[in-house]
Amino acid sequence: MTIKLDAKIPAGPLESKWEKHRFDMKLVSPANKRKYKIIVVGTGLAGSSASASLAELGYQVETFCFQDSPRRAHSIAAQGGINAAKNYPNDGDSVKRLFYDTIKGGDFRAREANVYRLAEVSGSIIDQCVAQGVPFAREYSGYLSNRSFGGAQVSRTFYARGQTGQQLLLGAYQALERQIGLGTVKMHPRTEMQDLVVVDGEAKGIIARCLVTGKITRHAADAVVLATGGYGNVFYLSTNAKGCNVTAIYRAHKKGALLANPCFTQIHPTCIPVSGDYQSKLTLMSESLRNDGRIWVPKKKGDNRAPHEIPDDERDYYLERKYPSYGNLAPRDISSRAAKEACDDGRGVGPGGQGVYLDFADAIKRLGENVIRERYGNLFHMYAKITGEDPYKAPMRIYPAIHYTMGGLWVDYNLMSTIPGLFVLGEANFSDHGANRLGASALMQGLADGYFVLPYTISDYLAKAKPGTVKTDHAEFVKTEGEASAKLKKLLSIKGKKTVDEIHRELGKLLWDKCGMARDEAGLKEALKKIPEIRKEFWTNVNVLGAGEEVNQALEKAGRVADFIDFGELMCYDALHRNESCGGHFRTEYQTPDGEALRNDDEYCYAAAWEYTGEGKAPVLHKEALNYESIKLAQRSYK
Amino acid sequence: MNLTLHVWRQKNTEEKGKMVTYRLEGIDEHMSFLEMLDVLNEQLNHKGEDPVAFDHDCREGICGACSLVINGRPHGPDGGTTACQLHMRRFKDGDDVVIEPWRARAFPVLKDLMVDRGSFDRIIQSGGFTSASTGGVPDANAIPVSKPNADSAMDAAACIGCGACVAACPNASAMLFVAAKVSHLALLPQGKVEASERVKNMIRTMDKEGFGNCTNHYECQAACPKEISVDFIALMNREYLKESVKP
Repeated sequence: MTIKLDAKIPAGPLESKWEKHRFDMKLVSPANKRKYKIIVVGTGLAGSSASASLAELGYQVETFCFQDSPRRAHSIAAQGGINAAKNYPNDGDSVKRLFYDTIKGGDFRAREANVYRLAEVSGSIIDQCVAQGVPFAREYSGYLSNRSFGGAQVSRTFYARGQTGQQLLLGAYQALERQIGLGTVKMHPRTEMQDLVVVDGEAKGIIARCLVTGKITRHAADAVVLATGGYGNVFYLSTNAKGCNVTAIYRAHKKGALLANPCFTQIHPTCIPVSGDYQSKLTLMSESLRNDGRIWVPKKKGDNRAPHEIPDDERDYYLERKYPSYGNLAPRDISSRAAKEACDDGRGVGPGGQGVYLDFADAIKRLGENVIRERYGNLFHMYAKITGEDPYKAPMRIYPAIHYTMGGLWVDYNLMSTIPGLFVLGEANFSDHGANRLGASALMQGLADGYFVLPYTISDYLAKAKPGTVKTDHAEFVKTEGEASAKLKKLLSIKGKKTVDEIHRELGKLLWDKCGMARDEAGLKEALKKIPEIRKEFWTNVNVLGAGEEVNQALEKAGRVADFIDFGELMCYDALHRNESCGGHFRTEYQTPDGEALRNDDEYCYAAAWEYTGEGKAPVLHKEALNYESIKLAQRSYK
Repeated sequence: MNLTLHVWRQKNTEEKGKMVTYRLEGIDEHMSFLEMLDVLNEQLNHKGEDPVAFDHDCREGICGACSLVINGRPHGPDGGTTACQLHMRRFKDGDDVVIEPWRARAFPVLKDLMVDRGSFDRIIQSGGFTSASTGGVPDANAIPVSKPNADSAMDAAACIGCGACVAACPNASAMLFVAAKVSHLALLPQGKVEASERVKNMIRTMDKEGFGNCTNHYECQAACPKEISVDFIALMNREYLKESVKP
């Protein structure tokens, strides 16, 4: 296959690209919109907002989610906030500043034009959410309140207590439910996509499995939108929900969609540390806590005193020391690595020394316990529930954990993948965050894609196609359904000795050790040797009980883990080929004398888009060069 | 610690279910309740027995998927908590633990501890929104909202749609769920426009779906993992009354 990556970035100055492009794109007339059907997979912020917006425009929409209700998608768990360049606090924010902070935060590995557009539409998102009744935090004046997040020196983050993701998702979910009620969206909850159907090189539908009856069904459409989130669960332990998976995008990848920058994974600095082998997931403590909490470890190695017994001058507030201008609000990748460094140095706290303190004593003294309770009450409550400790009395113990994945399916400026007709939104695509995402920017991107980008760009594709050309009796549907059924049968027939979770844990541990917070050539090569062994173990020795024609949660998990194994291999290939450190990708061989990520712009200033060539075969690399027209590449400094 | 579990097993909606007893040994007090069930399922899998099906996803108390009645109480013995945030330190060695699904006509059991809560989605479809289509809305700061109102709206909007209120109510009423959404939107100027249609339609759908009526037991408030107040039911009743007596 010869693939030419064309990002289709509109010509002209950065500031007017999107406006010009909106005019240049073709429209579908109101009377014709209802003739086109669009499938949306996933109902997080991107999927729900896209489904609702497309249906409002008049398209026929069919939406799928594996959860029992679209409201449960994992966007619901985002805590801290959503960025927008409103400049309400009058502190010098602007579209350009949000754009620059995002590019710099992403360590200069994101596409300029996409990021600028993201910053441009950010304000409209807040307007839309307020109109939906999202109860953002307000001042006594009645106007909206803002707070600061990592990687920014302005306050541009809007929030709804510690439940911003929940409130934004409920806004989008309610817009979606309204359309379902009006009959413009057909909703399929508890239904999981099994494969993408590609006819004559274009995406024309999906094969899905009902998770209640086990029935396999075919769904044809004029375009398919994947908004299926990130792949953090490849590490087994992450802050993702248990159901989050890579299956939809990986199966599209196998059908020809290139997958970009899979090794760009984000480790969040403030999560509750692991407590035992039985652990099923990790819980995030919002970055917003770093507005008032101070991070420290004892100066002395192996200091076992209780935190309150360690006097101030024997504490190392290492972020404030190393990065005086950003302090505790240094970006996530940098804060995570600094925590790892302190723990590797033998100064970690708590069981196993895998933790650092996040201390609110000063803030409580300054503002009073009530103010802290109002700002972070639900987070403190959650922390107390999980650990059995009271964070108002003793500092929290935190440690980095896998949280977000910047990589994903490669898309052009129109959010279309290398398979025409297949669009990818939100965390599932690779486009906006480069090698590291700033806090409160995931919510912004998900909603930007769904409300304000896709509804425009998809019409340009549809306007050039005749509606309803492919029906579900097409040979390609029959074939793809057959393959999906055969795969499920195979999983049920192995009847080996290991459970799906046991193999998933093994894979996760390997990837965390070799392709986690720090990576090196030897470790990655070792992982690439071991993953085929894990794959063999899985396909010969996994035990999935029950039948295919009923509720079978083990079968669901097995299908996802099978894809995680193959995907993990791709992630290691990507990490191994990128001989530089940037953002969340830290190769120990490439660092500055003081331990910061050392980029190699001469050789690696590109998005690495991988082509699938067959199971167990090395993928083929395609490069999209990143051309920075309006900013100058610089070493990221938060000092 | 060692525990004796009594778990509701039901093959599907049509077949009858029953309680089945399992012994579990060596449970760590730091485990979450769901991690304890994971251990049970791993053991069942190794023995070749069908694992227990239960809904769960985020495991941090916000998605609302968990739906377990533990020792007779939705989400277990702790107030203000979902089952996934309940930890085994709350139990002691030798305890018997009874685990059942939500029980309500409007929430049919799909398998074991898993129920169908599609009725909640249909209630929202009938009016739990503002009809603000994407685009063409005013600047976010154009309409000030008093802080107390915004705060109360947020208190109501914190609902995670889990259904514990229904499971706890002797009448299997969905009043707290519906009241939370009606109040959240009625308290904000953006939601006021459609307030009267909303309350009427949502209550009509609630009745149609087979939920019972409210007889002021307040069990819903006690079971709510987000501690949503029954005061919102009073607020909804006022909205409903306003709509009913409209000339």
